[in-house]
Amino acid sequence: MSRARTYLAPVAVILILLGAWELAAQWDLIANALNIEDFLVPAPSDIATSLWNDRSLLADDFWVTLREVLLGFLCALAAGLAFAVVLHLSDTLRRAFYPLLVASQTIPPVAIAPILIVWFGFGLGPKILLIALVCFFPVTVNTLDGLRSVDPQLITMMRTLGANRRQILTRVELPSALPFFFSGTKIAIAVAVIGAVFAEWAGAGSGLGHQILIASSNLLTARMFAAITLLSVMAILLFALVALIERRVVTWDSRGVTRT
Amino acid sequence: MLTRTRESTPDAAVDGRSVHVSGLTHSFGELRAIERIDLEVEPGEVVGIVGPSGCGKTTLLELLAGLRPPDSGSISVGGSTDPAERLGGCAYMPQRDLLLPWLSAVDNAALALRIAGGSKSEARTEAGGHFERLGLSGFEGTRPGELSGGMRQRVAFLRTLMAGRPVLLLDEPFASLDAITRAEMQSWLAGVLGPDRHTVVLVTHDVEEALYLSDRVLVLTARPARVADRIEIEAPRAPDRAAAVTSPEFAGLKERALRSLMEGTR
Repeated sequence: MSRARTYLAPVAVILILLGAWELAAQWDLIANALNIEDFLVPAPSDIATSLWNDRSLLADDFWVTLREVLLGFLCALAAGLAFAVVLHLSDTLRRAFYPLLVASQTIPPVAIAPILIVWFGFGLGPKILLIALVCFFPVTVNTLDGLRSVDPQLITMMRTLGANRRQILTRVELPSALPFFFSGTKIAIAVAVIGAVFAEWAGAGSGLGHQILIASSNLLTARMFAAITLLSVMAILLFALVALIERRVVTWDSRGVTRT
Repeated sequence: MLTRTRESTPDAAVDGRSVHVSGLTHSFGELRAIERIDLEVEPGEVVGIVGPSGCGKTTLLELLAGLRPPDSGSISVGGSTDPAERLGGCAYMPQRDLLLPWLSAVDNAALALRIAGGSKSEARTEAGGHFERLGLSGFEGTRPGELSGGMRQRVAFLRTLMAGRPVLLLDEPFASLDAITRAEMQSWLAGVLGPDRHTVVLVTHDVEEALYLSDRVLVLTARPARVADRIEIEAPRAPDRAAAVTSPEFAGLKERALRSLMEGTR
């Protein structure tokens, strides 16, 4: 299937939904039916207007949030990759830490955000830390699974060619784990934006998440939707960027490391 | 030219190419896989090992290569009985080609040279120098996913050769190929083994393959594997494979091997 056709159906669905929403808002259908004030449900055109009129405000917030997301995400990538390799190389450490790693996922990031603010204040630090915390798990667990799923016969083959532990890691295990690493990375970049919003809600002076709170208290619903749209666009663009890098790096058929 | 050990120390290398096994026995828990196998492979000799599937042929090669310690019996490769030294003296070619999909054909072939610390360009030049002889020229930069089964197997064989070890342990190298490609690969291997004069232990379940390629064939029984028969071949690896494997003498040897196999599985 061509790429245009791949995207045609979802784009059509979005356009139809937006069109229906616009018409319903123009005729005050939702507002009348639910008996609410019509400014509570802005039309897509109102959101577009807000995006344009508040562009300098929203752009500043966009860059603030993007910076938090990228810094937190990159910290999680480095830490997750290193931690996965350490756990892979040591059975003892893996047995000790893996269950804790899984158990840590039962703690909602929303709950940690205020604690981080108490500990580290309103600056960039706690936001990067929270985003890194939510990204760390998918990166670490996926990479570790990738390292552990290497065909044992490949390891034997490397041993017969005289490879030491480090060479087996760098020449076979890490390349084999790359597709797994990228799966984890794609999940991480999507949740990174969610983490940023929680972090900003817990205490911030700028950013798209902060902007949603401010707009909310002023009943500026169109601006809230505009900020949400920008968050979504940011997540989609970052995901696409990671997918693009994956296609550039993993150029081989990774469905099976070897065919028989 | 490929056996660098032989070039540097000619006398030690002759010894370094022989394999001696006596009274080799190995079990997996209660399951007895190998029982009292004796095996002598002289330098430059090709010994074929045939047996019913699941009789422990792969285990035998893993024991020889020092990848697993045997329960009892002695193994010496090139006069050395130490498992680590044996692993250093043998190049083991597994059943599956196990090529790394992210490396080109030449980089796969050069893997042992890179592991030994050679630079990328040196390793490529050295491994690439053999591509023409192996019928692989023009495919140096091709990834394994785009090579045919026969070509993948040849790249895997070259990777084994490039390890520069005096003893080659080949584990059903052509089992995954179709009959026609397998016949081609056998003729090709016969040509390669002649001039290189490696010591080879070839494990296969294909009687014809073993009889055509080997100086001597050991027929093993079903589990536990014992030596059922030893067949000496007068003129192995004849250039005309089709003529060789259809000759009356060959048919006689084949009948003998098949009968030994049948008795061994009873």
